[in-house]
Amino acid sequence: MDLASAKEIGAGLAVIALSGVGVGIGYIFAALVNSVARNPASRDRVFGLAILGFALTEAVALYALVIAFIILFV
Amino acid sequence: MSQFELHPVFGHVGAMVDFSNSNLFMIIAALLTLGLLWVGMRPRAMVPGRLQSAAEMAYEAVMSMCVDTIGPEGRGFFPFVFTLFFFILFGNLLGVWPYDFTFTSHIVVTLALTLVVFFLSTGVGLYYHKLHFFSYFVPEGVPVLLLPLLVPIEVLSYLSRIISLSVRLFANMMAGHVMLEVFGAFVVMLAGAGIIFWIPSALSEAVLIALIGFEILVATLQAYVFAILTCIYLHDAVHLH
Repeated sequence: MDLASAKEIGAGLAVIALSGVGVGIGYIFAALVNSVARNPASRDRVFGLAILGFALTEAVALYALVIAFIILFV
Repeated sequence: MSQFELHPVFGHVGAMVDFSNSNLFMIIAALLTLGLLWVGMRPRAMVPGRLQSAAEMAYEAVMSMCVDTIGPEGRGFFPFVFTLFFFILFGNLLGVWPYDFTFTSHIVVTLALTLVVFFLSTGVGLYYHKLHFFSYFVPEGVPVLLLPLLVPIEVLSYLSRIISLSVRLFANMMAGHVMLEVFGAFVVMLAGAGIIFWIPSALSEAVLIALIGFEILVATLQAYVFAILTCIYLHDAVHLH
C-alpha cells in the first residue's frame, strides 16, 4: 500500500469519531426541547446554555477534523 | 488551500516590513472594535440613535456576561473581555466577506490569544489566592488515596485548556473556509463540464449560499464561546471552584 492511499484511509478512519459528536449534539437539543416543553418561561435562560453546549461539542468534532486534515495533508 | 497563505500587501513598502494580509485585517478588526465604542458614543444622546444604541447594547451584553459569570469582581475584567470578544468577532466576520482574509484561521493567532487568557487567569488566581491557588487542583470530598491519581489528571486538564481553546476557534474558522472553497470549486467545475451539469452546479451554489449563512452563525458563536469561556476561567481563578 502506498503512502497516498494510506493517508486517505487514515483520514476516513479519523472522521468516524464524528458519529459520537452527532449523537451528543442531538442529545443537547433534545434536552433543550424537553426542558422548554416542561417550562416555556425558562426558554431564554436555557437557550444560552444550549448554544454554549453546542459550541463546545462542535469543537470536539473539529478536533477530529483537524487530525484528519493533518493525516491527509501533512 | 491558498486562501490561508500570507503575502505582503501595500507593494514595496509592505514587502520591506513584511506587512501581511493577516496584519492588515487585524488592524481593521482593531479599528472596528475601537470605532464601535468611540464613534458610537460620540452623540451622547439620552435617547440613542442606531449606532449609539448598538454600542450601548454591546456594552450591556458583555458587562452582563462578565458580572453574571465572574461575580462583582467581573467589572475589572470588562475591558479585556470586551476587546477580546469584539476583536475575534470582527476578525471572524471579516473573513466571510469574499476575498477577505480570516486572521483567526491561523493557529498562531488563536494560540496567542489563548495564551494571553491562560496567563491572565493563572496570574489572577495566584494574585488573589497566593499559594492557596493550588488547592484548585484538589477537588472536595476526595479520599486521600485517590489524590496521587487525581491531581495530575486535574493539572493536565487545566493545561489542556490552552489547546482546547485555541484549536476550537482555529478549527472552526479553517474548516468553514475549506468547506466554502470546496463547494465553490464544485460550482465552477460542474458548470464548466457541460450544459447537463448546470443543475448540480446550481444545487452546489444553493448549498454554498446556505454555507455562507452558516459561516456567519459559526463566526458569531465561536467569538461568544471564546469570551464566555474566558469569563468561566476567570471565575475559576477568582473563586477557586
